[in-house]
Amino acid sequence: MDLLDVFTYGFVQRAMLAGSLIAAVSALLGLFLVLRRFSLIGDGLAHTTFGSVAVVLLVGISPFYVTLAALPLVMISSLAIYRLTQSRKIHADAAIGIVSSLGIAAGIILSSLSGGFNVDLFSYLFGNILTVNQTELLLSVIVFALVAAAVVYCYEDLFAVTFDQELARTMGVQTGRINFVLFLLTAVSAVLAMKVAGIMLVSALLILPALTALQLSVSFRKTMMSAVGFAVGAVLLGIVFAFVLNLPAGAMIVLFNIVFLLLVAGVRKFCAGRKA
Amino acid sequence: MPVIRVEDLTYRYNGAEVLSGIHFTVERGVYLAIVGPNGSGKTTLVKNILGILKPQQGRVDLFGTRIEDFNQWEKIGYLPQRLSGLNTHFPGTVTEVVQMGLPKKDPGLLSRTLDAMAIGHLARRLIGELSYGEQQRAMLARALIRRPQLLIFDEPTTALDPETRGIFYGLTQELSRKEGATVVLVTHDSGVVGQYAQHLLYLDKKLIFSGTFRDFCASVDMEGFFGPASQHIICHQHDLKGSGR
Repeated sequence: MDLLDVFTYGFVQRAMLAGSLIAAVSALLGLFLVLRRFSLIGDGLAHTTFGSVAVVLLVGISPFYVTLAALPLVMISSLAIYRLTQSRKIHADAAIGIVSSLGIAAGIILSSLSGGFNVDLFSYLFGNILTVNQTELLLSVIVFALVAAAVVYCYEDLFAVTFDQELARTMGVQTGRINFVLFLLTAVSAVLAMKVAGIMLVSALLILPALTALQLSVSFRKTMMSAVGFAVGAVLLGIVFAFVLNLPAGAMIVLFNIVFLLLVAGVRKFCAGRKA
Repeated sequence: MPVIRVEDLTYRYNGAEVLSGIHFTVERGVYLAIVGPNGSGKTTLVKNILGILKPQQGRVDLFGTRIEDFNQWEKIGYLPQRLSGLNTHFPGTVTEVVQMGLPKKDPGLLSRTLDAMAIGHLARRLIGELSYGEQQRAMLARALIRRPQLLIFDEPTTALDPETRGIFYGLTQELSRKEGATVVLVTHDSGVVGQYAQHLLYLDKKLIFSGTFRDFCASVDMEGFFGPASQHIICHQHDLKGSGR
């Protein structure tokens, strides 16, 4: 098969568009989360997504709308993580651990109780961007527009809160409101990323492009843009190679993200060595 | 109308009283030094003044407005003792950090402010890559760039070399004298505190002393607290530079 034939299939085009939008959203939010040491929130929310999908399937909502229906529960979980981190006695990693284990435990118990939807539920563990439907594509476009608008409109505030939350407060930044928006958007992004990479690999889409871009960082804006570039590049290459080699797309996308990280880190180290 | 009014402020952390019944006012143009031993609640007081921490009792007004309702943050320039969560991988440049939150980016103003702190050559460097002293100078530039009416510095000179320390004190004094800015300085730097500050607030969980240097130097109680030698050093410095005020 000619490599270019890949692009002629409607479902591949849909997957590439939706995948790129979701990856861009995850990369944008991921940079703020990684810098604030919330890297593992993706993992936590993915596990909650597992529980939420189990609830949705148990209630009997059509699998066609699972992504949409799982959103409210994951958003609540994300805000719960944020609330827990407000307590001085619970650090971010522990807060994520609490909500994450609750999500996965709920998913296991519900799937055991139902006995009927185990196959459907477990298909979400590994995701499949090539099966993205029109509703999910539309949702990706809306979420991308929302996140892009939020980042542009609140850029100064997001920058300040990421730099130092206390200092941001003394500049008049409504840090509570900014955190609320960031955690809600992260929840939406995690649910959508489930479709791209599967529950097991959601956090990779949030963490890896941001980490790769941080290797290059020359300024905050450029780091944000390069994170998006790496994320979209990994999605496009991942889908093409998955299609041609008949391998799972989600895992291929994550592998390309890791290849980018290793390459950029290697080049950076080489250049630093030459300068020295 | 005082720039800062603190009334009967009490702050507890985990049940332990960190500040108790603090009461004072700071008028416009005053250069105030807050001193006290480690753990005396100086930073906690500053964070309560700025609304970062919420007291269990009492109130704080800034420019005549309760801190809960205060929104004229462009009037405030704050330099924290230590950035609470700075990630060393933070990819912001010195320029981005110094201009953070400014509604209008003015390259000329930026350049002058960075040059004043002797960090013009670091403008494009990442803040996380700088030494602590250089970061501190960048943060000072950030606090000063807006020409705020109230400057609050929490141990600002800890990581600075003597030359930059001199530049810093000179700039703050100029802002206080020429532009009427109010300066609140938390410091352990007893060697210089008397040179620049007109008022002194001595804190040890409670307010031990609040008043002018003249009163402080005449106070027998303070001699008991500081010891005659330390009090003499502070008051001597004040006499040398402060008498010309």
